[in-house]
Amino acid sequence: MLAFRHGNDFLNPLLFFVMTTSLVPLAISPAPTQLAIIAPGMIWITALLATLLALDGMFKDDFADGSLFQIILSPQPLWLLVLAKVSAHWLITGLPITLMAPLLGMMLALPQDGYLPLIIGLATGTACFSLIGAVGAALTVSLSKGGVLLSLIVMPLYFPVLIFGASAVQRGVEGLDYLPVLALLGAFFTFALLTGPFAAAAALKVGVNG
Amino acid sequence: MWQFIKKWFHRFGTPRWFYHTTSRWLPWLALVSIGLLVLGSIWGLGFAPEDARQGNSYRIIYIHVPISVLAMVGYYIMAAAGAVALIWKIKLADMVMVSAAPIGAAFTFLALLTGSIWGKPTWGTYWVWDARITSMLVLLFLYLGVIALNQAFTSRDTAYKACAILSLVGTVNIPIIYKSVDWWYTLHQPATIKLTGASTIHPDMLKPLLVMIVGFYCFYALLLILHTRVEILRRERRSSWVKGLIR
Repeated sequence: MLAFRHGNDFLNPLLFFVMTTSLVPLAISPAPTQLAIIAPGMIWITALLATLLALDGMFKDDFADGSLFQIILSPQPLWLLVLAKVSAHWLITGLPITLMAPLLGMMLALPQDGYLPLIIGLATGTACFSLIGAVGAALTVSLSKGGVLLSLIVMPLYFPVLIFGASAVQRGVEGLDYLPVLALLGAFFTFALLTGPFAAAAALKVGVNG
Repeated sequence: MWQFIKKWFHRFGTPRWFYHTTSRWLPWLALVSIGLLVLGSIWGLGFAPEDARQGNSYRIIYIHVPISVLAMVGYYIMAAAGAVALIWKIKLADMVMVSAAPIGAAFTFLALLTGSIWGKPTWGTYWVWDARITSMLVLLFLYLGVIALNQAFTSRDTAYKACAILSLVGTVNIPIIYKSVDWWYTLHQPATIKLTGASTIHPDMLKPLLVMIVGFYCFYALLLILHTRVEILRRERRSSWVKGLIR
């Protein structure tokens, strides 16, 4: 909720998402036929980058003012508190991005059948990004220049999500059955949900020691 | 029995013991690995039959396949060492993990390089976005991430734990990445050597390849031990036994 009070944390990733996506037609071609081909992949890549951008702040503010130590020392299990942090991160990045995506899809001339897999895929996919990213954010929390490093260590782990998510939209556009791909994405999300908070909690205990 | 294992474990875990024991192993290991590599190269390059379709260009297989195998095995060695370091807090395991990362990255890079050199005459292009090539590229990124993370920390104690966690998370992800990329697009030929069932490679070509694989395993062990010894000397430079070595 604090993030809402500082409007910036909430708006910046979303604005980044909108701006980078609007660069695409300028850089490649404004022709709708060409845009329609690259739209699914482009929206997914920019969504990935926008979540990555906000990842650095997941634990950093709490670390700076010392409340992270209070969180670690508190009697509640740490993974539960990490899960709360991850949910908050998803609410301020993943959810707005998912809601904004159809608009950008329209601007990039995404064919009609692609919207449903895009929304479902982004909703689960960005949650996976937040869950996996929490491990990286926890490991680099004490490093002052952790931002780029965080992207480097987390991005290879994002590959499967991007593949599943973008191909679900692609299949939707081509009129194929996209549900199996979304099911794989859902399986990945379930797995990340079950293991991610524990890994991130362990990483947090290590990361705070600098 | 348990006491014995524990004692052995702790003795084996000291950098000093490792250093002195490997000093005795090193010449033999170097001899075996160089011998096998020379034997395998001569056999593979000079005497193995020519491939019906690819001609002589297939012979890069004798370098490409062993290196690719070790690039992948190396990651698991690194992650296993990381797990041991994390669970039992053994300093030596941490040093092995730190040493395995650059060696693994180098092997992965060489696998990509030899693969692209092989790709030019057979596929007509140096690079294709094929499933296995892409997973090797992701593997290289994972290695580089561990190396970068290791260098970012000032405290050794935090660095090894952070690297261990990252490599373990990577280990869980590798099969998923591999499968997802595999499913995404496949052009690469399927694996030709199978442990169960008949291999699709001719036995005359297979024998030198196996020699090369074993040779590269020894070579990898040699590199890892050498690198770990350097790491030991660097970190224990203030201890009396290292000072005694120099004197």
